[in-house]
Amino acid sequence: MTARTLLRRIGLATFLSAVLGFFALPLLWLASAPFDASPEITASVPEFTLRNFRVLLDNPYALASLRNSALLAAGTAALVVTSAALAAYALSRVRVPGRDALLYLLLLLSSIITGTAAMVPVFLLAFNLHLIDSRLGVVLVLTGGLLPTAIFILKDFTDATPPSYEEAARVFGATPLQVLRHVVAPVIRPGLATVAVWTVAQVWGDFLMPFLLLRDPDKAPAAVVMYTFYTEGGQPDLPLISTFSLLYALPVVAMYLLVSRRYGMRFHGGIKR
Amino acid sequence: MAPATSPRSSSYADDAAGLGRGRAAAFVAPALVLVAVFLVFPALWTLYLGTTDYRLTGVAASRPQFVGTDNYTTVLGDGEFHRSLWLTAQFVLGSAIVGQTVLGFALAWTLRDRTGPLRRLVEGLVLLAWILPGSVIAFLWIALLDRDAGTLNALLGTPGTAWLLDHPMACVVVFNVWRGTAFSMMLYGAALGNVPPSHLETARLAGASTWQTLRDAVLPRIRGHVLTSLLLVSLWTFNDFTPFLITAGGPDHRSEILSVYVYRTALGDGRLGFGAAVSLIMILVNLVIALLYLRALRGRSA
Repeated sequence: MTARTLLRRIGLATFLSAVLGFFALPLLWLASAPFDASPEITASVPEFTLRNFRVLLDNPYALASLRNSALLAAGTAALVVTSAALAAYALSRVRVPGRDALLYLLLLLSSIITGTAAMVPVFLLAFNLHLIDSRLGVVLVLTGGLLPTAIFILKDFTDATPPSYEEAARVFGATPLQVLRHVVAPVIRPGLATVAVWTVAQVWGDFLMPFLLLRDPDKAPAAVVMYTFYTEGGQPDLPLISTFSLLYALPVVAMYLLVSRRYGMRFHGGIKR
Repeated sequence: MAPATSPRSSSYADDAAGLGRGRAAAFVAPALVLVAVFLVFPALWTLYLGTTDYRLTGVAASRPQFVGTDNYTTVLGDGEFHRSLWLTAQFVLGSAIVGQTVLGFALAWTLRDRTGPLRRLVEGLVLLAWILPGSVIAFLWIALLDRDAGTLNALLGTPGTAWLLDHPMACVVVFNVWRGTAFSMMLYGAALGNVPPSHLETARLAGASTWQTLRDAVLPRIRGHVLTSLLLVSLWTFNDFTPFLITAGGPDHRSEILSVYVYRTALGDGRLGFGAAVSLIMILVNLVIALLYLRALRGRSA
């Protein structure tokens, strides 16, 4: 081994350990504090206990907020998947002039009209439609932002399925809606699952829209309740915050593992094409 | 018996499902209406709202007046807006363009021909930082940087250093490097897969240093990816609201990037017309980045 390769090895090992430390350090607390008999702000080897999880049952907002998050995520996913599937199917099968231009325009709009940039008009729109403090309002606003990408992904899937099945089904007298439900949907199921999981992940982690549009703490999803747990005055309740963080974060990790195991580490991101 | 034929059977190639224009329009309508009302309309409405003195409460809440370009002249002349713009530039340049891109590429390059537990561990941790919910991550960083009992102070032996009060912007920048590096790492990992191994082998045999190899053999191959990913991470970072969860723009507005500034002026102070003007400026910045992105994509496919 020459001196140069040795140096290179040492440099590489240093770099990787530094990266590991940098990325692991903030996460240590999440791994240790929930199981520590007396959790502190400092991450430390826990004196193991599961008793902290009992505080979740005593707090009136903790479990209810997870239910709220699930409601928002499920509602948005249902609306996004159905309306995107209908639209993608029609756009894939019927030739309309300007179809591709329309799709790209929608995609462009959804990437520039973000929740952050458009928070003022979105808030006022919800206010004027009496959708402030309504879960439906949050679902509708989030759906509007997610739909263009969902249609785009699903159209890729429908474009790739041969129309011969549908022709066969038509010969036997199926209506277009029946064809879509019983013939096309099973074939593009991976696409529907991708869009559903992607939507749930987006809504589950979203803070801004429910923070902006919901007033009643009983309706607040986990993202907002988590924020109030540590910003409300007084000493932060560390057993509560740590166990709640873990419970709130686990579904995301589970979903990610499921998707990457099922479909491989494919690169979907927001950047298909 | 002859198979049933429909009047449109001649156009099977165009319309295999027999939808017809009318039904196709009905299928597209729900999605289009949702996008039109909740995405496109707010953006167009901003054009109007920005020219009014709309407020959250008071007289101007019920009967907003048209004030022309007043909001825009106020915004553009506002010292707080200038500071916010400068902080946003630091945030995007420092965390996205330099931090995430350099670290993400370095990781992709180091891990490119490695397999096994080390690679899975590094990738797993970097990805975890990316997928965990923002409000959880925000508290983890608050705990890490805590003045009295933070893990960082315990580790560095600097008890009492109030990182979030003394260096709020630097904290937010480092935080966002941590948060977003996964995307660059994965993108460059995929891009490096397109560099033919023979090129790298040739470079190695010619005795090229790592730097020379990257410059002459790798960069020309992935230039398109670099450009598009730079624009994407800039767009996302520019619109990121997570710093609000850590510093809320403070202390003393010293980490108030545009996304937090627009929240504070419009919904905190209740100046909705003024906030709408800021919103429009942000949408225009997004539009410029997105158009550059589309141009870069076209250049890549050409």
